Amino acid sequence: MDHRIRVLVAKPGLDGHDRGAKVIARALRDAGMEVIYTGLRQTPEMIVNAALQEDVQVIGLSILSGAHNAIVPRVMQLLKEKGIEDVLVTVGGIIPDEDAAQLKKLGVAAVFQPGASLESIVDFIRSSVKQIA
Amino acid sequence: MAKLTSEVTNQSGIPIDPVYTAASTRGLELPAPGEFPYTRGIHRDMYRGRLWTMRQFSGFATPEETNRRYLYLLSQGQTGLSVAFDLPTLMGYDADHATSEGEVGKCGVSISSLEDMEILFSGIPLGDVTVSMTINSPAPILWAMYLAVGEKQGVDWSRMSGTLQNDILKEYIAQKEYIFPPRPSMRLVTDVIEYSTQRVPRFNPISISGYHIREAGSTAVQELAFTLRDGIEYVDWALERGLPVDSFAPRLSFFFNAHNDFFEEIAKYRAARKIWAEVMRDRFGAQDEKSWKLRTHAQTAGCSLTWQQPYNNIVRTTLQALAAVLGGAQSLHTNSLDEAYALPSEHAVTIALRTQQVIAYESGVANVPDPLGGSYFIESLTAEMEKRANDYIRRIDEMGGMIPAIERGFPQTEIANASYEYQHTIETGEQKIVGVNAFVEQNEPPIELLHIDGSSQQHQLEKLRNLKSRRANAKVATSLDALKRAAEGRENTMPYILDAVRSYATLGEICDAFREVFGTYTETSVL
Repeated sequence: MDHRIRVLVAKPGLDGHDRGAKVIARALRDAGMEVIYTGLRQTPEMIVNAALQEDVQVIGLSILSGAHNAIVPRVMQLLKEKGIEDVLVTVGGIIPDEDAAQLKKLGVAAVFQPGASLESIVDFIRSSVKQIA
Repeated sequence: MAKLTSEVTNQSGIPIDPVYTAASTRGLELPAPGEFPYTRGIHRDMYRGRLWTMRQFSGFATPEETNRRYLYLLSQGQTGLSVAFDLPTLMGYDADHATSEGEVGKCGVSISSLEDMEILFSGIPLGDVTVSMTINSPAPILWAMYLAVGEKQGVDWSRMSGTLQNDILKEYIAQKEYIFPPRPSMRLVTDVIEYSTQRVPRFNPISISGYHIREAGSTAVQELAFTLRDGIEYVDWALERGLPVDSFAPRLSFFFNAHNDFFEEIAKYRAARKIWAEVMRDRFGAQDEKSWKLRTHAQTAGCSLTWQQPYNNIVRTTLQALAAVLGGAQSLHTNSLDEAYALPSEHAVTIALRTQQVIAYESGVANVPDPLGGSYFIESLTAEMEKRANDYIRRIDEMGGMIPAIERGFPQTEIANASYEYQHTIETGEQKIVGVNAFVEQNEPPIELLHIDGSSQQHQLEKLRNLKSRRANAKVATSLDALKRAAEGRENTMPYILDAVRSYATLGEICDAFREVFGTYTETSVL
């Protein structure tokens, strides 16, 4: 039985800047997690379906285009509709403080802004998933 | 980079000796600036004859708001315009497309039709101001809109000058704003090169760009190599089209990043000119000296800007801009201090422009061409970068060119590896970033930012709705049908795109016509 943490790294919206998403995906993999990277231009529906299918414990959304206020609420709503609210959602990218606070109110577990260290992200996911389990 | 140990290598993996001496450059031939292979610059007098063009990339929200910013920048002494389009425009979607939700006007200006383009350049004489447009997959369409605005202003196309980015290969490699598969995309790029050569001779139909490759995490050597190899690919396609090399090569332009490692960046610009001059003369047999000269725009490195202690970004940008100037760039964009957060505020963009003006008018660096030429270190580094870039170019040649290399994920993998390794050096503290992993401050006060609210989207949607009810829809349909037939055949699509644009067919409608014929591209992600 594989007890590795399963993470979906997803890149929603039209933006193609995937440097951050790829670095995070590799760092999580190097930290021993099972990482599924969706690739670019995923709709909230595609992301939630992939999370269901892959049976992940964590969804990491990478958004740099400023479209987070349109995209993240939709993802959270779909997770609720599908009854998988226990999945941990984190958002990384260019997210201003006031928006980060809003996203957390919607149930986002953590928002990682520019400069966040890989270590802090790995640690957060490890400790949060442990709590859920 | 700043290690005080005996072994130092830069980010491209080039070992840096403790000291450089005459032995480091023995046997080096160094023709004067303005002489082949132009390592020291493409002009004899460089900035003494004419300063670089100060061209700030800008665009946000609606065409009306961006037009006001352009008029402001021109009034502040900026000497050229550079249009930033929003993501829906870059991806060929109108503002009213479902996937545009939340993205309209966010990362640039929203343009869905000729009407928007008319508003964008209202009060700006297109015969006098040169305009650069950062647009790739839908480049022929936005360019057609621009030419149509010129027509309406009564400006002869032979007087219109500017630059279209139109570099699709680096989209597959790095920035990922592609729509169609590589081969039909390359045909569209070539259509633009051919049409501009014949009809708009002062326009630069392509800006072969390393900037985005670097932003995606490549090393300076990779940026240099992949960009020049992309250039070779475009030349191959234009020759295949039957264009004589000297008819179009003088209008090819380049765009490089100006990053943190000061001397490496200067060496990169110098090596780029040398490699390109030799490629054009020896590989392609170009006879016209103008075909040998690599002209380049430069932009300071957006990815080097930090969210922490944002005022430090002014200092970073100043050093990077100085490197581009010492490297001999023809035009320059300096990033604003707040760009790790958002599109720049008017205040921030003014400081960025003033940075260039201080370098140009106060520092004295513009007085002498290639002032670092002959430096043991700079010359050694230039030669080493040239060698390493040529090695990459040879490997890509052996793969059958850039398209097969992209299809097997070669440049993508090289960049992903470099970016991951770089992140590791930050993580371990080997690479210090002031304010991020060194000299950190707590509780920094927030800075003033530009906010783009949802009203731009509403405004754009209403305009589009009005346009669609007002225009002659039968004419739109006819022009789109003709365009599809042209796309299925082999002729140049530009005249058909121009007809469609003039009938006020929208960007999304024209792209859909191409999507129907060419299909769309999905990449296999490389981690």
